[in-house]
Amino acid sequence: MSNSVHVYDARTDHATVTAESPLAYSFQRSGMPAPGDASGEESRAVIGERAFLGHLILRGGAIVLDEALREVLGIGLPGRPNSLTVDADGQRSVQWLSPDEWLLIVPGDETFGLETRLRAHLGGAHVAIVDVSAGQTLIELSGEAAHEVLMKSTVYDVDPHTFTVGKGVTTLFAKTSVILRRPDASRWELIVRRSFADYVYRWLLDAGEEYGIGVARESRHEPQ
Amino acid sequence: MFHIYCPYCEELREEEEFHPKGQAHIARPEEPDTCSDEEWGDYLFFRDNPRGIHHEMWLHAVGCRKFFNITRNTVSYEILETYKMGEQPTITAEHLAREEKNAREEKTNNAQVAEGGQQTVGASDAAVASVKGAQA
Amino acid sequence: MSQTASQPNRLAQGGQVDRTQALTFTFNGHTYTGHPGDTLASALLANGVDLVNRSFKYSRPRGIVASGAEEPNAVVQLGATEATQVPNVRATQQALYDGLVARSTNGWPDAQRDIMRWIGKLGSPFMPPGFYYKTFMAPASMWMTYEKFIRKTAGLGRSPTQSDPDIYDHMHRHCDMLIVGAGPAGLSAALTAARAGARVILADEQEAMGGSLLDTRETLDDQPAAQWLKTTLAALAEHDNVTLLPRTTAHGYHDHHFVTLHERRTEHLGDSAPSKAGYRQPRSRLHRVRAGQVILATGAHERPLVYANNDVPGNLLAGAVSTYIRRYGVVPGEKMVLSTSNDHAYRAALDWQEAGREVVAIVDARTAPQGDLVAQAKAAGIRVITGSAVLEAKGAQRVSAARVAAIDVDAFRVTGKVETLECDTIASSGGYSPVIHLASHTGARPVWSDAIIGFVPSTVAGVAASGGARGVYPLDEVLADGVEAGVNAATALGFDVTVDDADLPQVASRHEGPVCALFQVPHEKATLRAPKQFVDLQNDVTASAIEVATLEGFESIEHVKRYTAMGFGTDQGKLGNINGMAVTARCLGQSIPETGTTVFRPNYTPVTFGAVVGRHCRELFDPERYTPMQAWHVARGAEFEDVGQWKRPWYYPRKRADGGLESIGEAVARECRAVREGVGILDASTLGKIDIQGPDAREFLGRIYTNKWQKLAPGRVRYGLMCGDDGMVMDDGTTSCLAENHFLMTTTTGNAAPVLEWLELWHQTEWPELDVYFNSVTDHWATMTVTGPEARKLLTDLTDIDLDREAFKFMDWREGHVAGVPARVFRISFTGELAFEINVQAHYAMHVWEALFARGEAFDLTPYGTETMHVLRAEKGFIIVGQDTDGSVTPEDLGMHWAIGYDKPFPWVGKRALTRADTRREGRKQLVGLKPKDASVVLEEGAQIVFEPNHAIPMPMVGHVTSSYYSPTLESGFALAVVKGGHQRMGESVYLPMVDGRVHEAEIVSTQFVDPKGERQHV
Repeated sequence: MSNSVHVYDARTDHATVTAESPLAYSFQRSGMPAPGDASGEESRAVIGERAFLGHLILRGGAIVLDEALREVLGIGLPGRPNSLTVDADGQRSVQWLSPDEWLLIVPGDETFGLETRLRAHLGGAHVAIVDVSAGQTLIELSGEAAHEVLMKSTVYDVDPHTFTVGKGVTTLFAKTSVILRRPDASRWELIVRRSFADYVYRWLLDAGEEYGIGVARESRHEPQ
Repeated sequence: MFHIYCPYCEELREEEEFHPKGQAHIARPEEPDTCSDEEWGDYLFFRDNPRGIHHEMWLHAVGCRKFFNITRNTVSYEILETYKMGEQPTITAEHLAREEKNAREEKTNNAQVAEGGQQTVGASDAAVASVKGAQA
Repeated sequence: MSQTASQPNRLAQGGQVDRTQALTFTFNGHTYTGHPGDTLASALLANGVDLVNRSFKYSRPRGIVASGAEEPNAVVQLGATEATQVPNVRATQQALYDGLVARSTNGWPDAQRDIMRWIGKLGSPFMPPGFYYKTFMAPASMWMTYEKFIRKTAGLGRSPTQSDPDIYDHMHRHCDMLIVGAGPAGLSAALTAARAGARVILADEQEAMGGSLLDTRETLDDQPAAQWLKTTLAALAEHDNVTLLPRTTAHGYHDHHFVTLHERRTEHLGDSAPSKAGYRQPRSRLHRVRAGQVILATGAHERPLVYANNDVPGNLLAGAVSTYIRRYGVVPGEKMVLSTSNDHAYRAALDWQEAGREVVAIVDARTAPQGDLVAQAKAAGIRVITGSAVLEAKGAQRVSAARVAAIDVDAFRVTGKVETLECDTIASSGGYSPVIHLASHTGARPVWSDAIIGFVPSTVAGVAASGGARGVYPLDEVLADGVEAGVNAATALGFDVTVDDADLPQVASRHEGPVCALFQVPHEKATLRAPKQFVDLQNDVTASAIEVATLEGFESIEHVKRYTAMGFGTDQGKLGNINGMAVTARCLGQSIPETGTTVFRPNYTPVTFGAVVGRHCRELFDPERYTPMQAWHVARGAEFEDVGQWKRPWYYPRKRADGGLESIGEAVARECRAVREGVGILDASTLGKIDIQGPDAREFLGRIYTNKWQKLAPGRVRYGLMCGDDGMVMDDGTTSCLAENHFLMTTTTGNAAPVLEWLELWHQTEWPELDVYFNSVTDHWATMTVTGPEARKLLTDLTDIDLDREAFKFMDWREGHVAGVPARVFRISFTGELAFEINVQAHYAMHVWEALFARGEAFDLTPYGTETMHVLRAEKGFIIVGQDTDGSVTPEDLGMHWAIGYDKPFPWVGKRALTRADTRREGRKQLVGLKPKDASVVLEEGAQIVFEPNHAIPMPMVGHVTSSYYSPTLESGFALAVVKGGHQRMGESVYLPMVDGRVHEAEIVSTQFVDPKGERQHV
């Protein structure tokens, strides 16, 4: 690893330090409506936060980054714009953001080790790796009306027939922006900037109201 | 509300994702210190306002965050092409005017003539040819 | 047929209303009943309500004329409560529901007894065309008074004064093909496209889909049209690639096939949207549709004939008569005269007669009408008067007779003796106008067609009109035209389409004779003397008004339109515009295409503001951005200030001894003292932060900042100024060298995104050869500024970083732990005091913040907000870009010569402009400090500055105050200001004349009011 870049070791002792996810305040203030209503009717839209994941931005040439990723993580860069590669157990993903920019999401406790190994592998190549784990959060959206909630929120075409599994885009969401992607057929993922997370959460609860939107309880992860 | 093909994302996206950044192919003089005040003023402030073909720079702000260029008809608002930074347009006012002229000459019964000619100002062939630096 | 007693005009059978259920509604305070399936208009007609409004200008009684969106008169104010008021609802498009309450829009105070009648009686001499311009413009000062009166009487409806209880929303849709109008053309186009596999949206503005099929006399496959309609709609619903949107009006066609649709989801159910399964549902929804291809199957509007007194209640469109009879089982009168220029309108007479009422005569302008419907009418024993027209309606509150005579259409004169026919209803038809409004929105110019005597839309790529919308009227041709439009659009989209003609229903072809071009019917008297012949009913524009306009020299149709106000109503002149053009053309002695048409613009029909706003209202109006410490700030009772979209603590009022809350002044004074004397803490997380990596990062910084970056070592921080290439300051902030090829730039809160975009702009367009990447890390890091003389003592026990003043100097940064959390700590100061800016990952921000307060108790650690931050920085002369600068201020103007590297090798951004004569001249406005002579005065920000207070007005203004506060440290007001040549005027007095007549005197001083040598931040 070259010392031309300052790699920040954010590993923290969770026995003594409490962490707050970007939606912690929102859950407290706006509440977490349970999925499904009293009559046992299922929610047609369910959201949940997958907090404390590791989010790394990779910048650089596709070829060197692809090679390094395959070596270090076992998955390569997605080949096409606006697409997404997910590893076998669905825990790690790489998404195209622009011709020289990708978003890598991994379990939170792997972040620092991964950045270190990638930098070691990349040697002197001109790349940038930026840890943005605390700057954004991932909200999952599922349910039969999920795409209708999205249609109310984003100008992007979210018809499940055209927004197929493996697609991911940066686009508008209400009056802010999100990274929107479909890692598998059962759910959508919204990656939201931390400071906008409360707005997005309140918007989702509002847009999903007519579908009986609920918040999955298991979404309040502790940091790994 | 335009529908704009982003040459980097390789798909049509809604105008709300983009920011217009004005006339394209305005290269910064390589030697600012040797520019006269007038030349520097031209570079800073003066822009074309053609009726017809206009080459514009846009930013896919809520998207890939890349700058790129659009060739647009300012009368019909039709976007004729989009191309990456550093590339040259294939459609220019001069080239369209030539085509129009050829079409008119070929047509004996030219009852219908396109409304209004294309103005040959803005990033015309000549202007494009003079572009230097990174965008050339 | 007989009728029900309570609804005198309701037929015992027929139509698509459910007579087993009664709905009660109120109109102008009277209670009536109707049935499910009715519109408000059909229910009013069923109840024999003739008078629905007073006219706009002349206050004449008006009745229902049409049965759809084109209705000019029956425009009502809807709503049972103040909060649910909706203005400008067309009764013809409002489904009836139980408990509906409506009032006439015009006719204040009451449509029946209208005090405005006298104006109508006195009539036109007082209200000629151009009336407003001529009458109310002088004296100009009186316009506001006139306006109040005119607005009240002008019938534009009124908005509710209470908050709307309903919600509205938006939906973004994408499709291959959008089809507007679900009549025969739209349906067959949709079916064709659906079978080809295209994603189709079919929108129709009516309560039920079907268009003309809902009231046609014709059969499809030998079945009533309703049968084919039902089958077809069911077939479309089967396709999961088809979205059917009934009650949905396409009201605007924007660039690149972006169409806005207004779906009325619950307007037919009640005043306010009922909840559904316990959840609120939107009352109406705006669909924002991006389509690949668009088919406009919007049909045609019937044109009324223009004859004298054609506005008296009882004058209806012929087609509307058929619609009311066949669709609603309502026959709006007893004895009808039909005046027509075409065959198609004959069905009104046939329907009327079959309803058991009397058809007095059909008056046909054509000398020898021929066609199947003509023959049918004659066979039914109806008197047909040819070569004639209704010249004039008689009657005041309702038609009592029609004056009929032979006319010469081409010579525009009456040629025969007038016969008066007693009747209570005159139906008229002057032909049909394709509904080309949406096509016009795209920029398509209307093209006159002599064949159909109407305008059809010109061709625009990706848009096709089909059926009546392009002047194709016979049902069998319309169905085939729809299929063709569907095939063409699907093919253009790349779908494989196969069409089997056998799919088309069999329609008996019907012979129709040629139409005659009649618009205004001649009268025995000249147009200017004849009784009023209305062209635009909603705006009370008559044929004579148009003639006056042309006589006064208005020749362009756009000028005639503006002079007469024709087409300016909420109906956009759907009925009247073509007739108005025809009258104009006649007066000018030219053809209609020579006269041209006016341009239709969005919206096709009015759209409620709720739908425009959608969910972007109240607490979701604009995003509120929070820092990770937001919950703490709220719990501590902070007052917040909006900085861009951020909510930032403004100040933290504490309880006073008397139990009340501190004022802002008291709180800020306390917070300021804490920082200057003890220790305070600021949540600075909103500052923009940009991570910069790459071997050319340093070179890039040198080009984009005005000052030098070559020698900034890892571990060091530098203040930087950023200019545009015009040499004007655009942002500032500190940038830290994290490692040789790695920097962290900070920006002002509001400029975080613009600065990142600025860096990308230069990198992507001018210097792509530089190896450097920029990434926003604003949200990743939380920033807390611990500042004040006690800052070091407070932090010592909380961190493993050596805080010794020599080991950790001013403008250094260090890595370590704070409260057990990995942190970067920057020794920079925006207060002039000893300060440490602690950056930690946002997840741990609250933990660190609370740990600081736990430790800080011993030091009375005081949280301070943006107001205190402003006072403290201004005392030190630190600028805020955007407050002390306004895009016309250079670094030199700010006195920041030390931050300009003129000798840097690369011509950095802004350098060239700083050598222009104008940026070098003497007498530019320069940033200085101002000390008011009266220490108790806090100058107004924005106040203008003069050198000579006794100068005659206008005084030469030489600058203005940019920042001004009360300083608890100085115990005085103080300000920053820009003053012409200010740097050379230290110690001089300037004057600030205020609006209240006072003139403040202030001394020009250094911008550094506190600790001018800057010693305190180095301790």
